[in-house]
Amino acid sequence: MLAAIDWHVIWSRIFHPNGTFTHALWATVYISIVAQVLGIVLGLVAALARMSRFLPFRLVSGTYVLIFRGTPVLVQIFFFYFALGLPNVVHLGVFNLTAEVSAGILALSINEGAYMREIIRAGIDSIDKGQMEAAKSLGMRSGLAMRRIILPQAARVIIPPLGNEFNNMMKTTSLVYTIGVYELFADAEQGYSNTFHPEYFVAVAFWYLVLTTIWSLIQASIERRLAVSERGEELSFRERLFAAWSPVTAWGRR
Amino acid sequence: MTSTGLVLGDVVMRATDVNKSFGRLHVLKDVSLEVRQRETVCIIGPSGSGKTTFIRCINHLEKVDSGRIEVNGHLIGYREKEDGKLVEDSERNIAKQRTQVCMVFQRFNLFPHKTALENVTEAPIHVLGVPKEKAAEEAEALLTRVGLGDKCGTYPGKLSGGQQQRVAIARALAMKPALMLFDEPTSALDPEVIGEVLAVMEELAHEGMTMIVVTHEMGFAREAADRVVMMDDGGIIEVGPPEHFFEAPEHERTKQFLSKIL
Repeated sequence: MLAAIDWHVIWSRIFHPNGTFTHALWATVYISIVAQVLGIVLGLVAALARMSRFLPFRLVSGTYVLIFRGTPVLVQIFFFYFALGLPNVVHLGVFNLTAEVSAGILALSINEGAYMREIIRAGIDSIDKGQMEAAKSLGMRSGLAMRRIILPQAARVIIPPLGNEFNNMMKTTSLVYTIGVYELFADAEQGYSNTFHPEYFVAVAFWYLVLTTIWSLIQASIERRLAVSERGEELSFRERLFAAWSPVTAWGRR
Repeated sequence: MTSTGLVLGDVVMRATDVNKSFGRLHVLKDVSLEVRQRETVCIIGPSGSGKTTFIRCINHLEKVDSGRIEVNGHLIGYREKEDGKLVEDSERNIAKQRTQVCMVFQRFNLFPHKTALENVTEAPIHVLGVPKEKAAEEAEALLTRVGLGDKCGTYPGKLSGGQQQRVAIARALAMKPALMLFDEPTSALDPEVIGEVLAVMEELAHEGMTMIVVTHEMGFAREAADRVVMMDDGGIIEVGPPEHFFEAPEHERTKQFLSKIL
């Protein structure tokens, strides 16, 4: 069977990407990043709402997770696309978001937020109760204590699973192909329908692998730095986050 | 006059008939106590007698079920409605009151992601609004005062227990509180470093800081306390100057407790 594979198609897809391909690759990358960032923000808000003393906040947060973690993300993508009637094009600086892309990003980030809520909550719960008490005993209100004392420490616990979430996110973006977003998988699918060469799917799998591998290297470097600071090396939180998050320095350190 | 030769000032803390239960467990039973400015009060007593719960109520880390606690005349944690009922105060007001009543914890609770200096400057900068440079200057002076002037840039993870607790004391002092609460500050320490923490506390007492100290260190109570309070089973059973306590305790329960601990 392997002999029947047209390696030439694969090589040309890998080494001679055309214009639509680079466009598609970029779409996958920025949709993943934007959806993940929005997902983190939503997850943080939902995690704080869950810990609120105000019951309706807790209920909303619980219902949110129940629905979006309990239903298929594909269903959510279709629902957002067909039910929301998003504007055809939104201009955001250099980005021109089509209705398909907006719906896709919205669905992916809201879905991601539900998972991030659980991760962030677990991170916050892992911090010793005495930290909040100490902050309060110094006259801090809970918002300030959360921002200055609890979250910077929770970040250490949150970042490893967050890395896995982003790895997942890059692959899950392939689902937005179904509502007509032109991203990596759509590009491969189109190539296949034109030629009936299944090799297009091998090539696209390779590109997903490239993306996830680059990310896993970045993630490993972040986690290494976190481990170093856990041993008591003197790195500030800001140094830790920003130095580690820059792919350039992450590569440089390898 | 205090036992250390200072003149006592006005009443700083007044607790009146404080009651507190955890579920069915009645941990504080009509506890009343007054502490005056520049006074050092040690609270002793067996585990589970309510000592820690009591001082946690003084900065409202625990709610009280009834009774009232005032610091400098302000009701702590509650505000009084027109019909005389007490309702819990807003978070803003509670936080404001806590800047006046700082606590040193048994387990230090230093912020591990901040250096010793940052631990001390954190609240003055972000709660009191002190300019960064001034806060750093004061923090350095405080750390020097507790003997850690050379550890400003060190993270808590690299400090010994005794050093961590001294940073925690400096951190509380940085708020310039009217009253300092110590919750068994040496109970989590190795025996060889207890002395350095007690020395700092003794110095504070002699300088006239108003302190309430829950402790099992009878040597400290004898040396630095103006009054010793014996608690048992949720109530105060005996109050007196340290000499009275250690030489002629009145209450049978106090005698038993002291004979076990001394």
